[in-house]
Amino acid sequence: MIENRPYLTYLSHAILILGVIIIIFPVYVALVTSTHETSDVISKVQSWFGSQLIENYRTVLVTGKLSAGGYPLGSMMLNSLIMAVCIVVGKIAISIISAFAIVYFRFPGRMFCFWIIFMTLMLPVEVRILPTYKVVVDLGLLNSYTGLTLPLIASATATFLFRQFFLTVPDELVEAARVDGAGPIRFFLTILLPLSRTNIAALSVILFIYGWNQYLWPLLITTDPDMTTIVMGIQRMLFVADSVPEWNLTMAAALLAMLPPAVVVLVMQRQFVKGLVETEK
Amino acid sequence: MEKRVTFKNAWLPYLLLAPQLAITAVFFLWPASQALFQSMLLEDPFGLRTEYVWFDNFQELIDDPLYLRSMGTTAVFSLSTAALALSSALLLAVMADRVIKGAAFYKLALLWPYAVAPAVAGVLWLFMFSPANGILALALRAVGYEWNHVLNGGEAMVLVVIAAAWKQIAYNFLFFLAGLQSIPKSLIEAAAIDGAGPAKRFWTIVFPLLTPTSFFLLVVNVVYAFFDTFGIIHAVTSGGPAGATNILVYKVFADGFVGLDLGGSAAQSVILMIIVGALTVVQFRYLERKVQY
Repeated sequence: MIENRPYLTYLSHAILILGVIIIIFPVYVALVTSTHETSDVISKVQSWFGSQLIENYRTVLVTGKLSAGGYPLGSMMLNSLIMAVCIVVGKIAISIISAFAIVYFRFPGRMFCFWIIFMTLMLPVEVRILPTYKVVVDLGLLNSYTGLTLPLIASATATFLFRQFFLTVPDELVEAARVDGAGPIRFFLTILLPLSRTNIAALSVILFIYGWNQYLWPLLITTDPDMTTIVMGIQRMLFVADSVPEWNLTMAAALLAMLPPAVVVLVMQRQFVKGLVETEK
Repeated sequence: MEKRVTFKNAWLPYLLLAPQLAITAVFFLWPASQALFQSMLLEDPFGLRTEYVWFDNFQELIDDPLYLRSMGTTAVFSLSTAALALSSALLLAVMADRVIKGAAFYKLALLWPYAVAPAVAGVLWLFMFSPANGILALALRAVGYEWNHVLNGGEAMVLVVIAAAWKQIAYNFLFFLAGLQSIPKSLIEAAAIDGAGPAKRFWTIVFPLLTPTSFFLLVVNVVYAFFDTFGIIHAVTSGGPAGATNILVYKVFADGFVGLDLGGSAAQSVILMIIVGALTVVQFRYLERKVQY
C-alpha cells in the first residue's frame, strides 16, 4: 500500500463488484429462466426462481427437447466428456514424448521436426475446413470418436510447454541416471515424467476446457445426433422452426454445457492459472 | 538453449516424434497443401470437371464486394471485441490490484467465464437480448429503444461483440493482473513521494510499463476474435442479418460447406492462413521482448 486513500478503495470495490455482477448476470438470468415453465418465460421476464427446476433439468437430460428432435443431453454430455478426455490424454501423451525427443536427443532433422510442429500453430481448423473434412471422410472417420479427437491432438503449444520445462531440468539428473545405467526410456519414465506432474496437471485443465468447448469440428464431423456434443446440441435447440421457443429448456442446456468446465476451473484454480499463463510462453 | 548432456540413439527420437508428426502431416499439412492447390482450381460442384486457373479465384475474391464487406465486418468485429475486452479487463485488473480484502474472491468470480464455450456465451446473451422476452431488450424498450438484432445488422454486431468480449475478459484480466503485480513497487513509491496522485501514476508509470502485456493481449484477442468466435456467430446470428456479422471464418464455412464453392472457399482459406501466419510471427517475435521489462 503506497498511501491510504479510503475513498479510492471504496471506489475500487464498487467497480469490482459491478464487474462481477455484469459477469455473473447472464448466468443468473439463465438459471432463473431454467426453473420456470415455458409459458412463464415466453413473453415476460422472471426475476426470481420458479418451481420447475427438477422437471426442466430432467426433461433436457433424459428425454431431450421434443421440438428439437428429442435428443437427450445426457448422452451428449457423455460424448463431450469422452471427447475432452481423449483430447487431454492424447495431446499430453504425444506432446510430452515429442518434447523429450527434441530436447534429449541430437539427430538429423531435429530442427526440421521442430518447425513442422510449429507450423500447426499457423493452421487452425478454421482455415482448412474443407480439405481436412475430406481427409476425415476418406479415412471413414465421420461420426466416430476417433474422427472427433484424433485430428485435434497434434499440439505445438503443449510440445513447447514441455520443451521449456525439460530445458530447466538439471543436466546432472541425466548424468546420474546414466551412471546408474538407466537408458532414455527408463530416465523418461522414472525421472522426467514424475517431475512433469504439475505441468501435466496445469495443461490438463486448459486442454479439458479446450476439448469440451470444441464447436466447429463436431459440427463438421458429426451428422449422427447420437454423436453430437453438448455445445453443438444447444445450437440445434436454438433453431427450431414453427414451434414455441422453449427458452427455459435451452437455458437449462446452456447451464449444463458450461457446468463441467466451470467446475474444473473453480476446483483446480491454481493449475488453471498456471496452465493459462504457461501455455502462452 | 540446448541441453549439454543428451542420449544417443539412432531410431528412438524418430519413434517418439512419429505420432505427432504423422497427425500433423495427415490432418494439418496435407489439407493445407490441398487448400493451396484447390485455390487455383475451378471445379464444378459435382467434381466432374476441373480447370487450372492460377490466381483467378483470388482475383475474383478481391473483386467480390461481398468478400470485401466480410473483411470490413471482421475488422470491425475483432477490433471492437478486443477494445471492449481489453479496456474492461484493464479497469478491473487495476482495481483488483489495489484491493486487499476480497481479492481472491474477485479473481475467482472474474476468471471462470474463460471456461464457457463461445457458443454458450453467445446463447446466454442472445437470450438476454431476445426481442420478445429478453431482460435487456425489454429494458431498452422501457426507455424507448426498440431492440431487434434479428432485423438490425448494427444491433446484431453489438450483440456478438458483447458476447465475445464477455468471455475474453477473464483471460485479459489474468494477464493484466500478472503484469501489474510484476511492476516494482519502488517505482510507484518514488512517484508518490514526488507528489504524483494515483491517476498520474497510472498514466505515466503503470500504463507504459504495461505496454508489452497490452500488445501481447491485443494480438491474442484479435486471433481469438478472428477464429475462436466461430461458435458465437454460427449459434447467434448465422452471419446475418444480411451478412452484417459474416466474418471471414464464417464465410469460409458458409461458402465451402453450404455453398459448395470449392475453389473460392480454398482461396479464402489461403488468405486466412496468411493472416494467422502473420499474427503468429508477430506474437512470437514479440514474445522475446515480453520478458525483458
